[in-house]
Amino acid sequence: MDITLFLFQLMNGVQYGLLLFLIASGLTLVFGVMGILNLAHGSMYMVGAYLAYYFVNTTGSFGVAAVISAIIALLLGILIERTLIIRLYRRNHLDQVLLTIGLIFVFNALQSLLWGNDPLGVTVPTWLDGAIPLTDMIEYPVYRLFVSLLCILIGIGMYLTINRTRLGMLIRAGESNRDMVECLGVNINRLYTLVFATGVALAAIAGIVSAPMVSVVPGMGEHVLIACFVVVVIGGMGSIKGAFVGALMVGIVDTFSSIMLPQLSSMMIYILMAVVLLVKPKGLFAH
Amino acid sequence: MQNKKNRLRNLVTTCATAGLISAGAAIAAEPVKVGVMLPFSGVYAALGDAGRNGLKMALQENTAQLHGRKIEFLEMDTEAKPERAPELASSLLDKDKADFIIGPVHSGVAMGMSKVLRNKDAIMIIPNAGAAAATGPLCAPNVFRTSFSSWQPSYPMGKVALDAGYKKVVTMSWNYGMGKESLDAFEESFTAGGGEIVKKILVPFPKTEFQPYITDIAATAPDAVFVFFAGGGAVKFVKDYAALGLNGKIPLLGSGFLTEGTLEAQGDSAEGILTTLHYADNLDNPANKKFRQNYQDSFGKPADIYAVQGYDAGLLIAQAINTLGGDISDRKALIQAMESSTIDSPRGKFTFSKAHNPVQDIYLRKVEHGENQVLSIAAQALEDPARGCKL
Repeated sequence: MDITLFLFQLMNGVQYGLLLFLIASGLTLVFGVMGILNLAHGSMYMVGAYLAYYFVNTTGSFGVAAVISAIIALLLGILIERTLIIRLYRRNHLDQVLLTIGLIFVFNALQSLLWGNDPLGVTVPTWLDGAIPLTDMIEYPVYRLFVSLLCILIGIGMYLTINRTRLGMLIRAGESNRDMVECLGVNINRLYTLVFATGVALAAIAGIVSAPMVSVVPGMGEHVLIACFVVVVIGGMGSIKGAFVGALMVGIVDTFSSIMLPQLSSMMIYILMAVVLLVKPKGLFAH
Repeated sequence: MQNKKNRLRNLVTTCATAGLISAGAAIAAEPVKVGVMLPFSGVYAALGDAGRNGLKMALQENTAQLHGRKIEFLEMDTEAKPERAPELASSLLDKDKADFIIGPVHSGVAMGMSKVLRNKDAIMIIPNAGAAAATGPLCAPNVFRTSFSSWQPSYPMGKVALDAGYKKVVTMSWNYGMGKESLDAFEESFTAGGGEIVKKILVPFPKTEFQPYITDIAATAPDAVFVFFAGGGAVKFVKDYAALGLNGKIPLLGSGFLTEGTLEAQGDSAEGILTTLHYADNLDNPANKKFRQNYQDSFGKPADIYAVQGYDAGLLIAQAINTLGGDISDRKALIQAMESSTIDSPRGKFTFSKAHNPVQDIYLRKVEHGENQVLSIAAQALEDPARGCKL
């Protein structure tokens, strides 16, 4: 593999990893802060993509569609937390798994009713529809670079919010001792609602920005969910930094194994996970 | 959406009523039981819906051929899960005593069904699954197919590629039965004519992270690329291929499923792709025009290849019942009637091979302005070699 090809593949891997990070960050945030294992997280990614499809076609503008879809996702997150998740805080993980798996079925059925089962596509917004020629054969689409940049910005934003703001401090405090935070007069319920809705919105935003790059199809959420769990487990459940590092590792390993070890490529990310767990049983950055 | 549902319901009801009225004429006649084993949920749900729509439309249009027999549909959702297939098939066969069992979409499910239904009393009609084995080593007197064998749509493309002057080709597909069989069929005719497969890429199913592979193809710089992908994967592949700038630089060839039911989602990125298939939306024949019009009116959306194949399964049943004057109790006679029928399909007339697979024309199509335009007939009356079939 010559150096240019290596760099292309590295770009592919990083780009895939960044997108995985965006999806996985919401999952790990909700688990870390609230102790809730949300298996329907992939469904939120799907919801984002379908909403983007719908609003791009009704408003004609990707930007407007993205904003509307993200707001709807945020509201959906609040609704789910207030009506369903709120009943789970004092229960065990099995109950959480049952409820959130149930949600997967509900969202799949809703998707099928509202949009049917044909694969749908969203066109890349014209202002991002360019490509940068890298060699005379390959070019790199501007939109994909934009998505990578967006993932990085969101990642930095999350890092700063959690580590540098009062809200972040409360989140971190709630993470280590819910009851104590409550005793100190903080409305922990409101905090939880906010965190859960943010988690949902992050997955939905990943779905929205992915929509022009992928095919919007039934079941698209389940596929990313598995990769996300690998990312979260490698990074350490609940760690945003871990999700970032884990996602890049998964993206890069998956890309290079696809080319260099095609026979093993479907296993490689799981082997990576197993190796990480052997060395660090709680993941790279677990608390 | 609501509208569509209503229309569908109307059609189904009309279908049932039409059957009921004519059954009044022949009071003694039991209904013909048609089991339907298609995926109505999961990844292939769209294909299952289309197949069912086509099947019911054919039987409704041809009530006159049924000699007063009404049709009773028994529907099972396979969810495209192979492990569920034997149980569902057994239930339709033993409990419901179905006369015909139509299904499935997915080749894995076809294997499970075939295991249970081969050489049994019910007639199995496959309206999609292309697995070579179903009309190859596993062929049986009571198993018919109204779709295609995996070999059929891909084999003619080898010659098309050679005629275009391509010598070195990269092939790519998901690593599963249908994909591998399609690549093999292409390779068979392409290498026989002196072409060379410089790289064969098999992607784990159902992974759609195609970018690394496409980067690799660009580095290999072949004369052309031949792929098998369908549905959502086809959309993603074609978009990735164009996004990395390869569309227009390295010609993309494919089994026709690459651009079936996916063109709207693929948009501009599909322009110029060449594919071979046993159907194209704008085929210029009366059966196709009538079929497309009726389908659009009944279901509120354009028909696709899966609807055609389901429709032809319905035509096959109606025609066989007609030939036998409504009495299908003699299974030998029924099979004989089916074997010798010529189906006036929207894809053009076709007959059945000894292995009960369609002997059909394969069309060469090119995507132009978001449509599969027929360029020529790539192979006339192409018959699957049915390797391993002893019928």
